[in-house]
This record gives sequence, structure tokens and C-alpha cells, in this order.
Amino acid sequence: MKTHLLVVSAISVALAGGAQAATEITVMSWGGAYAKSQVEAYHKPWMAATGNTVNSVDADNPATPIKAQVEAGNVSIDVADVEYSDAIRLCDEGLLEEIDTSALPAAPDGTPAADDFIEGALTDCAVANIVWSTVYAYDTTKFEGNAPSTIADFFDLEGFPGKRGLRKSAKANLEMALMADGVSPDEVYDMLESDEGVERALAKLDTIKDEVVWWEAGAQPPQLLADGEVAMSTAYNGRIFNAAIGEGQPFEIVWDGQILDFDLFVVPKGAPNVEAAMDFISFATGTEPLAAQASWISYGPARKSSADLVGLFNDGKTEMAPHMPTAPENMQVALVNNFEFWADRDTEISERFNAWLNN
Amino acid sequence: MSTVASDTSPSLPVDSGPITAADGTPLHVALQRATRKARIRAFLLVAPLLAFVILTFVAPIGQMLWRSVENDSFSANMPALTAWFKANEAVQPGAGLDSDGLPGEDAFAALAADLAGARENRTAGVVGTRVNYDLSGSRSLFTKSARRANRLEAPYKAALLDVDEDWGNPELWGVMRRSSSTYSAGFYLAALDMQYDAQGNVESVPDNRRIYVPLFVRTLWLSALISVLCLVLAYPIAHLLARLPLRYSNILMIFVLLPFWTSLLVRTTSWMVLMQSQGVVNDLLVAMGIVSDDGRIQMMYNQIGTLIAMTHILLPFMVLPLYSVMKTIPHDYVRAARSLGATPSTAFWKVYFPQTVPGIGAGVLLVFILAVGYYITPALVGGSSGQLISNLIAFHMQKSLNWSLAAALASLLLFGVILLYWLYDRLIGIDNMKFG
Repeated sequence: MKTHLLVVSAISVALAGGAQAATEITVMSWGGAYAKSQVEAYHKPWMAATGNTVNSVDADNPATPIKAQVEAGNVSIDVADVEYSDAIRLCDEGLLEEIDTSALPAAPDGTPAADDFIEGALTDCAVANIVWSTVYAYDTTKFEGNAPSTIADFFDLEGFPGKRGLRKSAKANLEMALMADGVSPDEVYDMLESDEGVERALAKLDTIKDEVVWWEAGAQPPQLLADGEVAMSTAYNGRIFNAAIGEGQPFEIVWDGQILDFDLFVVPKGAPNVEAAMDFISFATGTEPLAAQASWISYGPARKSSADLVGLFNDGKTEMAPHMPTAPENMQVALVNNFEFWADRDTEISERFNAWLNN
Repeated sequence: MSTVASDTSPSLPVDSGPITAADGTPLHVALQRATRKARIRAFLLVAPLLAFVILTFVAPIGQMLWRSVENDSFSANMPALTAWFKANEAVQPGAGLDSDGLPGEDAFAALAADLAGARENRTAGVVGTRVNYDLSGSRSLFTKSARRANRLEAPYKAALLDVDEDWGNPELWGVMRRSSSTYSAGFYLAALDMQYDAQGNVESVPDNRRIYVPLFVRTLWLSALISVLCLVLAYPIAHLLARLPLRYSNILMIFVLLPFWTSLLVRTTSWMVLMQSQGVVNDLLVAMGIVSDDGRIQMMYNQIGTLIAMTHILLPFMVLPLYSVMKTIPHDYVRAARSLGATPSTAFWKVYFPQTVPGIGAGVLLVFILAVGYYITPALVGGSSGQLISNLIAFHMQKSLNWSLAAALASLLLFGVILLYWLYDRLIGIDNMKFG
């Protein structure tokens, strides 16, 4: 079997030889509706343009396999889609290839990439593709006539009874708990710097702990809501959008207290096809692919020039703009994830959070 | 053996000199020669297995044990400061330092040189992460200072304190000193919910940060409970299997083996479908009016979920050794006991049960050891209260990337299991165990 495969691949290599041999790169992302949006908006056009192929694989968090692979000297991922704090941390630890951001294409009107990307979207080792947010969503059939509308309502079991879904990590939960406890978004991270702040957030989480179902993969919250396992759940906003608009589920997003974050493309150090990976990133984060992705899922493009091109959802009738986390009416009480804070304190706070979770 | 001549047969009294073979070589040499070939052949036969075991078992475990005490992130990337710490062994935090409780200019100069090197090699994050394990918030101190390292000028102490006043934190210097030694027991301390205080003494962490010891206790306790549940459930099944005529017991055996052959994930997920609060079992209970719709029983995503799913998954490991032992016990013994006037319970406890002990020992030990290291099932159905220590090991392997701590936790688990194995051997005797 193996020799048979070898022969076949040898022949195909020989056939492709002479001309530029097609490369296959592996792109690791978050699965579900999000990965699909990337396949449609980035992978397929790139494959058509270059003749290369993309192998799309999923993980609960693509940042986690990178250290193991790089340290073992056995890297199989060419491109990974990671959160901001992970991109910074991995880069600082020398686990990522540096990306020459000056080689990224300019906007159609000639604005250089460095100015076209939203502030903070370009770092030494990472290029942002989307702005997403952690929000909470509820099942409208469970709250007829009295729908939750603020982040505090999520923690109000008496006014809005029912199970809650929360991501099993400290990140986002602590911030939301503090905002629900009346802390204004711009003070949240200052407060979390101190032990008292963390305790206060955990105390707030304590009030709903018994009713919480913990999720880990981004595809779980829509499933938990659809199964009726929870009445409301925190989630990545695009997943809820796709379940609600794409599949007609009775879910509603509450934007109050949302936490905005970037997702960025990185290349693990020693990736098998660094050159093709860089080409892929430079293609995918171009103005048009970024805009195209927004027609598949409600995540905001990281380039300013893409915003004008964002139109309708792929159902052909839903206007995407109001569903974006960056829409002005959604931004009234919003927090921008502080990557430096989490890169710094993740270890300590995760430990504290785990202790809380297990006691 | 054929070279042994008949006149040197051991049955004859030896009267002169060493015993020799027919050709005059001493007998033991001749014997050795004859058996060497056989030994080499035997070794070559087991060599692949030996290589396999060393490569896939001894080496990874050795590496894990090694990692739990070795971490050179600091010493490899901060050579000058590490050398300074070595040269100034006597300088303990709080004694022999500058009047402000900090090391002197030479230490800061070494630090500045190392930061410049770290900037060059992009290793500031590695060092920062190492120090951050013990003193949270120091990661960015290193990355930030390294970014400015090429602009630092003498006097370095003032310059670095100017970059960030945290460099003036004596606790940080204590942590850096400890991190600078490549080998340390620090990760074992952390794995036992202990830490060093500012004076370098070992102390317990505050109660609200204690996590590993309670989890070890919970893991052992749940594993013991699961072993007992498995034993109680498996004993009658195994007995039935052993007593039934072959054609029936074979069919029953399929029912034991079928789940055994089914993927672990499939079985765990099936339990989730059955037991979740909107699942089949709860729906049935509600339909039958046993519980109200609001009072659905929470059987998943907590300790009960872990207990039920793991008991089911590990049950075959108890049934099979028990069955194999019971199969060999002739029924005549119990019948004889009964005919001699023993009550059924006396016949069972005095005659039948003692003969099944080797199977019980094997089954309990097998289930317990498997349960102690279980990972995927508690991760899926355990919620927060049903997590085991292995889930925290996975957390440190995959998420926090603190592999040394993960290795220390895993090593403690390994030592614990070896200790239990030793205890079992002393109390019951490993020879008595019968796996089938």
C-alpha cells in the first residue's frame, strides 16, 4: 500500500516536474463556520491563482500544537490562525518565522499595507486577518417578552433563569464578569492586575458557577444552544451569526460587554513550505479576500480598504455591516482584548482560574 | 552438551584437577562455548523488542523525568548573569547586597549584556516565560527591556531601573537566582502546591491557589471508587460467564467485548447523548413523571458523569481477568462444601471467593492504574468537578506550555502508581495476580 502510494506520488511529481511543482501547504484554523469562511475566501482563490493546494486542518486553538512541533523539530503546519496574545508570546519565544510586512500588497488605491491595516494588526511575526469578538447569545424561545440586553443580565439567574455556557478559560470570562459587576471597560485590565480584581471577577462568576456548562471548541456554543443544554452562552460572534442567519436558529446576540480581538496568521519556525506560506498569507490578507471572507461570516476585515467592499451575506439578502463587531451601535460597551496583559499573566491567572474551577 | 565426555560425568567422584571435556578444555569453558551461540540467537530474537521498549518506553519516560528537574531556559540565554549568580553564591536576598537590598552595578551590567544578547537571538520571551512561572507579570519586563537593550548605557543599574522599576524588586532577583540553576526541584514544589518565599524558604501556596494536591487526592479517590464499582458490577457477570454452557457464554462474551472494541470516543459521546440534561434518560424520566421538566437531573459535565462513563469504559478490564480465574475453579468445590453442611454464604465466602482473589487483584489493579491516568473521558464529560490530574497535565502540555511542570506532575503520578504497585506486592503478592 505504502509503496503503491509512493509510486503514485513519484509519478505525479514527475508529471508536474519541469514546470513549477505544486506545493501543498497545511493551514490550521478553528474549524466550523469560521474555517469554512477561510476556505471559501482565501484557500480556493489562492489555489486557483497559484496551482498550489491547501490542506485545511482544525484545532480548538491552533496556537497549542506549535510549541510542541517546533521543539520536537517536526513541524507539519505551514500557517496557523492564532489569537493576539498567543502570537506575541510565541513570537517572543522564537517559535515563529518573522514576516516581512513590507512585502504585503498595498490597497487598491495605493495605500501601503502598513497604513491600510488597522492599528496593531501587523506585528513582527503575525498578520491579522479579522477582528472578532466574544459576545453572549441567548435562545429567544426561552426568553419571550423579557429578553436579556446587558452583560449584567448574563449573570442574573433570577431575572433570566437557565443554564449558561462559558469558555473553559480565564480569558474573556474574567473581563465579562467585571463588566457585569459594574466596572467600566477601560478600567477592567487595571483591576485585573491586582489579586483583588481577579477575586472580584471570580466572585461574580461564583454566582453562576453551578449553572455553567463549559465549552472548549468554538463550534460548541451554537450546538449547546440548539440542543437546549444552555439558555445563553458566550460565543465567538461569527458562530452565532452563522447559526442564526445561515441556519435560521432562534439565537440573538447581546453586544453589550463584547470583547474584541484579532485573529492573526503566523508561520511556525521551520515550517515545511515557508515560502508558499508567506505567499498564502500575503494573498489571503489582501483587500479582496478579506472582504470576501466577510460575506461568509460576520467577522470584520483587518484592512480598512476591505470595509467598503463588504456587502451582503452569501444568502444574498442579509446586509453584513450591522452584524460586524465593529459596527458603531455594537461598540457602545465594548472592550478591546489587552494582549500584553494576557501574554504576561495568562499562566498565573489560568492557575488561579483552574483552582477556582476545581474547588 | 554433546561435548561432555562420559568419563567426566558428574556422577563420578572427582579425584584430580578440574573437570575437562574430551578435547581437554575445561568443562565450564566448553559449556560456555556451546551455549554462547544459543544465547546470541536468543538475544537477537528479543533485540527488536528490546529496542522498541527502550525507544518508546524507557527513553520518553526518562526524558520526562529529566525535564521535571532540568530547565535551562534561563542559564542558556542569560550567561553573564548566571555566571554572576554563581560567583556571588553567598549573596542571599536580604544580606550582602547594596543598601537598597539590590545587587550592585556589576550584576546589572551582566543583566544588560544578557538582555542585549537576548534581543539579538530573540530569546527574551523564553527567559521571561521561565521567570514568569515563579513571578507572574515578569514576562513583559524581559521582552520590554530587551527591546531597549541596545540603548542602555552605564551606569546600568540606574538605566535599567529607569526602563522599569520592577528591576528593583528583590523578589525578582530571588526568582532569577533560582531560575539560573539549570537543575531545580522548583517544579516538584509547584506540583505539590508549594513555593519559595522571598527568603528562599519553602512554604505552602495560599489556599485559593491550591490545585494540584486536591486534584491528586480526587484522582486517587475517584479511581478507587471506579475500581470498586467495576468490581461489584463485574463479579456477577464474570461468574455467570464462567458457569454458563459454552454456546451461551460465548454470546454473552460478545456483549462484554463489543464495547471493549468500540472506540473510546464513541462510547464517551454516547454517554453524553444519553445522560445530558436534555438527553434520553432525562426525557424518559420526565415522560414517566418521575422528575419534573425543571428538575432534570444533571448527570453529565460533573463528577457523576466521569464516574458513570469511566466505570462503563473500564468494566471489561475487570470482567476479563475475573472470568479467566473463575473459569478454572471447578464447581465441585462449592458443591462439596454445600454437601458437608455449609450455608450458601459460607460456601461462597470460604470456598469460592478466596479462589477468585487473584482475579480480583489483577482486575482492581488494572482498572485502578488505567483510571488514574485517564484523560479524554473526564475532559469530555467531567465539567469542572469531574476533572482529573491528567487533565491538568494536558493543560500544561498544550495550553500553558509549562512542560517542566507537566513533567513534574506526571512523574509524581508515576511514582504514586509504582508505590501502589509495590504496596500491592507486599500485601497480596504480585505472583498471586492472574490476568488470564
